[in-house]
Amino acid sequence: MIEFNNISKSFGKLKILDQLNLAFFKGQSIALIGPNGSGKTTLIKCLLGLVVPTSGEIKIDGVNAIGSWMHRSNIGYMPQIGRYPDNITVMQLFEMIKEIRKGTFVKLDEELLHSFEIFKFENKTMSSLSGGMRQKVSACLAFMFDPEILILDEPTAGLDPISSEILKEKLKKELTKGKLILITSHILNDLEDLTNEIIYLNEGKIVFFKKVEELKSETGSINLSKAIARIMELQNNLS
Amino acid sequence: MMKMRKFDNKLGNRHRNQIEGSGTFASAILLKHDDPSTIKMRTSTKKYLLLRLLKYVLLDILKNRMVLFYTLFLLATSFGLFSMSGDPTKGIASLLNIVLLVSPLLSLIFSTIYFYNSYEFIELLSAQPIQRKTILYSQYWGLCISLIVALVIGLGIPLLLFAPGKAALSLLIVSCGLTMAFVSLALLAALLTRDKARGIGLSLLLWFYFTFIYDALMLMIMFAYIDYPMETLTLTMISLNPIDLARVIVLLQLDVSALMGYTGAMLQDLFSSGKGVLLASGVMLIWILAPLRLAIKLFNKRDL
Repeated sequence: MIEFNNISKSFGKLKILDQLNLAFFKGQSIALIGPNGSGKTTLIKCLLGLVVPTSGEIKIDGVNAIGSWMHRSNIGYMPQIGRYPDNITVMQLFEMIKEIRKGTFVKLDEELLHSFEIFKFENKTMSSLSGGMRQKVSACLAFMFDPEILILDEPTAGLDPISSEILKEKLKKELTKGKLILITSHILNDLEDLTNEIIYLNEGKIVFFKKVEELKSETGSINLSKAIARIMELQNNLS
Repeated sequence: MMKMRKFDNKLGNRHRNQIEGSGTFASAILLKHDDPSTIKMRTSTKKYLLLRLLKYVLLDILKNRMVLFYTLFLLATSFGLFSMSGDPTKGIASLLNIVLLVSPLLSLIFSTIYFYNSYEFIELLSAQPIQRKTILYSQYWGLCISLIVALVIGLGIPLLLFAPGKAALSLLIVSCGLTMAFVSLALLAALLTRDKARGIGLSLLLWFYFTFIYDALMLMIMFAYIDYPMETLTLTMISLNPIDLARVIVLLQLDVSALMGYTGAMLQDLFSSGKGVLLASGVMLIWILAPLRLAIKLFNKRDL
């Protein structure tokens, strides 16, 4: 279980996260949505320890995760923009990460490597890869060590439709294994059949955290993007 | 070590929680064998992790031709100086001046640039189960080892050929110490600012300060208090600048301290005993460790 207790983060005067309280459980698949700059990526990075929160605590299974590093062996992270050393090849990158993580995983999951046909460009250097190819590499790395928690930041943004489908199928498969999945995306249709809960974040605050069915029944829409659009409209009217 | 133990205690608690059946799911791998032998294994895995990272950093630095040029430059300078002056003492003295100018500068600039350029690598590693400290140490040791190898080849070989002896050895050791101190300062400069140009500017400023500005200040102070006894003050001021410290250590091995007046005689007296060497090594060690410690502190708080 992951707990966020009163997490705040500010960069200078700018408040990105404002006293967030959240709890995620095993088997949940959560979509994190919200306008640009609402703090989605920062929230994820706090969990990973890439960003240090200004105040508050994060607990994983009751153990403090801020400043800790072991918990990262159980998190697969696909960044929004994967940045890699320029002068190493794709294969070298995978070998390197495998070597570095030796002893922190039980089994390797290289299914995506095959379905994305990484071998076709395995000898290219990272700097010569297109944005989509990089995304594929990032996705492979996120799933590779069979983590219990999967965090994907805009996973389908740069992928072609076929690859995007492959990734979604893989995610569904992992979900049936009872993993915790956290996705941010602006493409609501992608999230439709992948997630069962939605968090809507705005200006560092949680607007709502609801089950998808709940959302649909509340708004009377059959489709997720319409339901969200409806809620946003309602909120605008209120404020 | 303390942290490690704390973490293991936490793991132990988590293990108990799991036995009691409260829902835990993370770190199943780490919990499986939570006995003392595993803890020992985990500690050693951590140690090897630094070596594994170091391998990649060193391979990456080797691809960079800067270190090769540095080695060649040192080789050319040393061979040139020694073959020009027949007297090995003179050769060492002129080599000392060049090395004290070049090696801090190169260590600072190269390390700062290298750190900024490997930002992607650092970012990638930070999302893996690796302590931030380990990541920074791998960078530090990678830089130190490659620059020291350059010194040993470029400086050590000519010294051994032309002027083997105590003075040559002290020059080599002192320049290695300086390199380690300035790599440490370079990492600190690189972590103080996110902007690459500013970071390099800061490194240059540090070099100017330690090479020129500090000496000028020191001369001014000494000139102002010329009528008073200066031994302790001089010694303190020398210790506060690693380059000056290095210069004094090597010069005292060359028996030219007679040229340095009363203070020189005092320093000679101090450094001819083991106490002085111990003191100098201690001060150098502080110059290596303090900036590195501060850099780690900054890096731990850094948002990537």
